[in-house]
Parts: sequence; C-alpha cells; structure tokens
Amino acid sequence: MVRYVIRRLLWAVVLFLAVTILTFLMFFVIPVDPAKLVAGKAATPAQVQHVAHELYLDRPLYVQYGHYLKELVWNHSLGYSYGNRQSVNSIISQAAPVTAALVFGGAILWLLVAIPIGIYSALRPRSKGDRVAMVGVLAGISAHPVWVGYMLSLIVGYKLNLLPIQGYCNLRGASEGQTCGGPYDWFMHMLLPWITFAILYAAFYVRMIRSSVMETLNEDYVRTARAKGAPERTVIRRHALRNAMLPVVTMLGMDIALALGGAVFVEIVFGLPGLGYWAIQSVFSFDLPIIAGTVIFASIMVILFNLIIDLLYAVIDPRIRLA
Amino acid sequence: MPLLDVKDLKTYFRTDDGIVHAVDGVSFSVEKGKTLAIVGESGCGKSVTCMTIMGLNAKRNTMTEGQAIFKDRDLLKIDPDELRKIRGNEISMIFQDPMTSLNPVYTIGAQLREAVQLHENVSKQVANSRSVEMLKAVAIPRAETRMDDYPHQFSGGMRQRVMIAMALVNNPDLLIADEPTTALDVTTQAQILKLMNQLQRDFGSAIILVTHDLGVVAETADDVLVMYAAKVVEKGGYEDIFYRPEHPYTWGLLNSLPRLAAEGSDLKPIPGTPPSLLQPPSGCRFHLRCTYAISPCIPEVPELLPVGGESAGDHAVACHLEPEFRRRESHDLLHEVMAEQQT
Repeated sequence: MVRYVIRRLLWAVVLFLAVTILTFLMFFVIPVDPAKLVAGKAATPAQVQHVAHELYLDRPLYVQYGHYLKELVWNHSLGYSYGNRQSVNSIISQAAPVTAALVFGGAILWLLVAIPIGIYSALRPRSKGDRVAMVGVLAGISAHPVWVGYMLSLIVGYKLNLLPIQGYCNLRGASEGQTCGGPYDWFMHMLLPWITFAILYAAFYVRMIRSSVMETLNEDYVRTARAKGAPERTVIRRHALRNAMLPVVTMLGMDIALALGGAVFVEIVFGLPGLGYWAIQSVFSFDLPIIAGTVIFASIMVILFNLIIDLLYAVIDPRIRLA
Repeated sequence: MPLLDVKDLKTYFRTDDGIVHAVDGVSFSVEKGKTLAIVGESGCGKSVTCMTIMGLNAKRNTMTEGQAIFKDRDLLKIDPDELRKIRGNEISMIFQDPMTSLNPVYTIGAQLREAVQLHENVSKQVANSRSVEMLKAVAIPRAETRMDDYPHQFSGGMRQRVMIAMALVNNPDLLIADEPTTALDVTTQAQILKLMNQLQRDFGSAIILVTHDLGVVAETADDVLVMYAAKVVEKGGYEDIFYRPEHPYTWGLLNSLPRLAAEGSDLKPIPGTPPSLLQPPSGCRFHLRCTYAISPCIPEVPELLPVGGESAGDHAVACHLEPEFRRRESHDLLHEVMAEQQT
C-alpha cells in the first residue's frame, strides 16, 4: 500500500512536469508579444525592452522555463497577470472555491437523482417508469447546459422570480463591495447553477448506473445468492449494488476532477467567478499566466483525484492489489 | 415415495423472436440419497429444468407448467417466499463456472456464514464454526485462515469446493449440480467428483447431476435421464443406459465418446446440430439426425414407454423403431465397443 502510494506520487511528479512544459510552450506558439501587452499601448520600444527583460523574455527558452518552474516549486507562485499585475495565486485561490462549490454541490445533486432512478430502471427494464426515465435521460444529454441555464434563469429566475440568476455570494459572509453573503444567500445563488450543472451528468449517470446494475444482476454470483435463498432485497443490496457501483466510483472521480478545472458553461451563464470564468476571460485578453495557472491547477486536481479514486477503489474491490 | 417427483414439466421463454420451448414435458423422479444424471447436448434444456425447479428463471418472460413435488409441496406453485426458504436449505445448487459464481467483493467466510444465517437464526460464531467445519469436509487446507480470503485467492477447483461447501452447509436433502466439473481441468474434475460421491455417502443428500459428459455419468449416477431438444428420449438405471441403450440418440452419445484404447479409430460424432427450440421439428425431434428414421418418425411424436423384456423396471424410451430391432442394434453396438477396447 505504502509502496503503491509512493510509486503513484512519483508518477504524479512526472505528469506534473509534463503538464508544465506543455503549458509553458503555449506562451511561445501564441503569436503575441507578452512584453507589449504588459507594457501597455503607449509604451516606447525601450520600455517594452525593459519589460521583456523583467519577464525573462529575452533569455533562452530553457532558462525561462527553469525560472517559471523555480517560481512555481520554490515560491509556489504561478506568476502575475499580464493585464493588472495581480498574482495568479490570489486569482486562483478566490476562483477555486467557487468552482469547487459548484462541482461538489452539483455532484451531490446528480448522484441523489441518478442513483435511485438508475437502480429503479435497472430493476424494471422496459417498464413505464423505465421508459419515462430513458426519455428524460435522452433529453438531459441532448440539452446543452447553456440552453438549460438560460431557460432556468428565464423561467425560474425572471418570470417566476423565485431564485437569483446571477453572481456568487460568499459562504462566510459579505466581503467588501458585495451586497450579499452568508450561507442562505450562497445557497440560493448556487441552486440554479447546481441544477444546470447536474442535469447533464445526472442523465449520463442514470444511464451508466442502469446498465451497470443490469449487468451485475446477470452475474453468476447474483444467481448464487438467489440459490442460497437470499431474499430479493438482500440479493440486490448486498450482492448486486456493491459490485455495480465500482465503475460509477471511477467515473465520478474523473468527472469531478475534470470539472474542477472549470465548469465553463455554467460559470459563464450564471456569472460565477470560478476557474472556468477566469480561463475564458484571460483567453480573450491573452493573459497567459492566468491561462497557464488554471491549466496547471486543473491538472493537479486530476492527478490528485485519480490517486484518491484508485485508493478508494482498492477499499471496495479486494481484487485490486495495491502492490 | 420419491424425494422429488417432476411431472410433465414445461418451461417456455418469451423472446423477441418468439416462444422458446426450452423444456417440453419432462418427467422424472429422484430417490432419497440417490444420484440422477441428466445428460444431453448443450441447449437441450438440462439446466433450464434445474433452474425451473429452483424457481431461478427470470419471472418476466418465463411460463411454467407441470408439477415438481418435493416433500408434499409443489415447488412450481408454492409462494415465492416459501420457495426461498427451501432454496439453499433443503435444496441447494452448484453451478458450472466456479470462477464467477462467488461474489468477488466478499470473503468466502462471509459468503458461507451468509448461507447459514439466511436459514437459521444463529450467532456469527456458530455460523463461523459450521462454515469452517464444512470447508474442512471439502478438503480445503488451513480452513480457518482461508475463511478470510477472497474468491480470487482460490484456484478454480478450490472455488468449486467452496461452492460445494456452501451448498451443503445446511445439510440439504437434494443437491442440484449443474455441470459442476465442466469448467475444470481433468484431474480437478476427478477430485471434485470423488468429493461429491464421498459427501453424498457422508451426508445422504440426493443429487441431480447435469452434465454432457458420459464419463462423469459413469462415475456417479444411479439413474440417468437422456434429454434431446427439450424432451426426454430415454431414461433408466445406470446399467440400462450404458449396457442396454435403446434410443438412437443414446447410441450416438455413447459412440461419440473418445476411447483411449481404440487407437486410430476416429471420433464418431452425431451428425448435424440440435434443432432450434423456437420451432422444434415435427414428430420425433431427433428424426433429422437419426440414421434409423422411419416414416412414422416425421409426423408422430413417440411416447416415452417402458421397455419390456429383461430390462424392465424404470427403463423407458421414446422411439418408433421396433423393440426387436432396437435390442439387436444395441447389442451390436455394445459388442463393437467391447471389441474395440480389447484390441
């Protein structure tokens, strides 16, 4: 177990380096001169020159990368925004909790919906309930989150005036310049984003859980459980569901990790200042340090969550040997 | 009175292609403490017969008729909850593939204890000690420590031993073994069969042994039921089937056994393939593959009738051929086999 974790962590380091190199190369394939962006429109060539030197842009590529990596590893600094010289660290540390709130809340919501419906459908395939669920799944997968988001805003938020449709409120209380804050405001502002975010995934998960449970119910060991005289409830709960949940756990880890890098559509529609929102903003303004920062943060999340899921997997499936 | 008396059992499955007549009027009985072997090619309805008795077919698309009387109760008609209490307790079952028949996420100890506690209100300690005892009875080394192992830590043969232990832990009156050795290698097969024979002597359970392997039948069976295309074509005592077989299909089965002694002689398989059970052939279902088929075989379904003469008793056959002719052919076949084995 310990050796397995160490090996996985070493691999994580390799992956991390690969991600930083790729992200860093992005600075050079994009046809803009960062020095000009930073120095501003009215800068003289000399000023641009000066800025380029400050940003290490006049040094060879490997020196620049070394500098970037050293800043990242030693000073835990992702650099500074080209636009307003704000530190990327502070941007990410403000945006990450927003995205995390969206993703984890959404995940809880979609699991709450998908697990019971998926199991129900699997136990009564081709029944009326199953057919209704499958039509719902198709609709959920087909509907784009942007469309769903705006429709919910329009109907629930604007027409019925039940929920706020824009913005984010701090969970801990209003910070300066904000009119809302505290758990209640936070919750109400997150409801529509959660629902929007959860619909697509809930649809995918209903389908996956349904097929996983149906497959497991055909397993020989489920037949064995019935042959032993176990009541149907025990057969399903003890023998089928635990095995059926294995692929769901894997998927959940992957999906959460990916979404933590920024749930772009939902964040944009509801004006949530999360990672996806910042990534899009900085793409439009060529603010490379912020783009690189969000990409690196997202990849760390993916690496971390894969590790957690692998460890969790070993707990539920004894066949996985962590050696 | 037999322990289990099955009368005119029919199991049909509704499928998208139509109704599959998987078992079509099968009757047999199992005596207390005896072994009945059901033989036939793949897909002839052997396994479905057992699954129907156990009530393990999917309810959604299955239609069942007939009777299966076990200790004065008709297993096909009793309340599902009543049947559940019989399953694993008075009648238990082991399956073909031991690799997939145990739940991979629980220790075998947990699975054995579950089998005990499903039917008896006993403490975990009692269930545990009974499980360990049973593992010892099926000759699993270091039974106490192996209780905490997971199925994937056992070989195929060992897993089948665990399955047998789990089936016998409640001391059932009847054990249904559905091709218990098919997925195992030959030496393991022999060990498992020996173990089953020995356990039958020790525990006195009757056994229904489903197999397509006549070698297995020869080693274990008291009575034999030969099935072809969802129907019984011949049944009788072990000696009737092996020394006085009367149905051309049984001849074919015996003839297609590979014989070590007869070097150089080719395998003699039965020509053709088993018919579809969606639309079974008219008359005798074997007539398409039968080299002896005569005109009545095509329109008329032969009845399963007792065989007269020296092999009276339970020996019965469903065939239109003249009894005299059948006896002569059977005699010749036996001679041929004996002669081959002597050379």
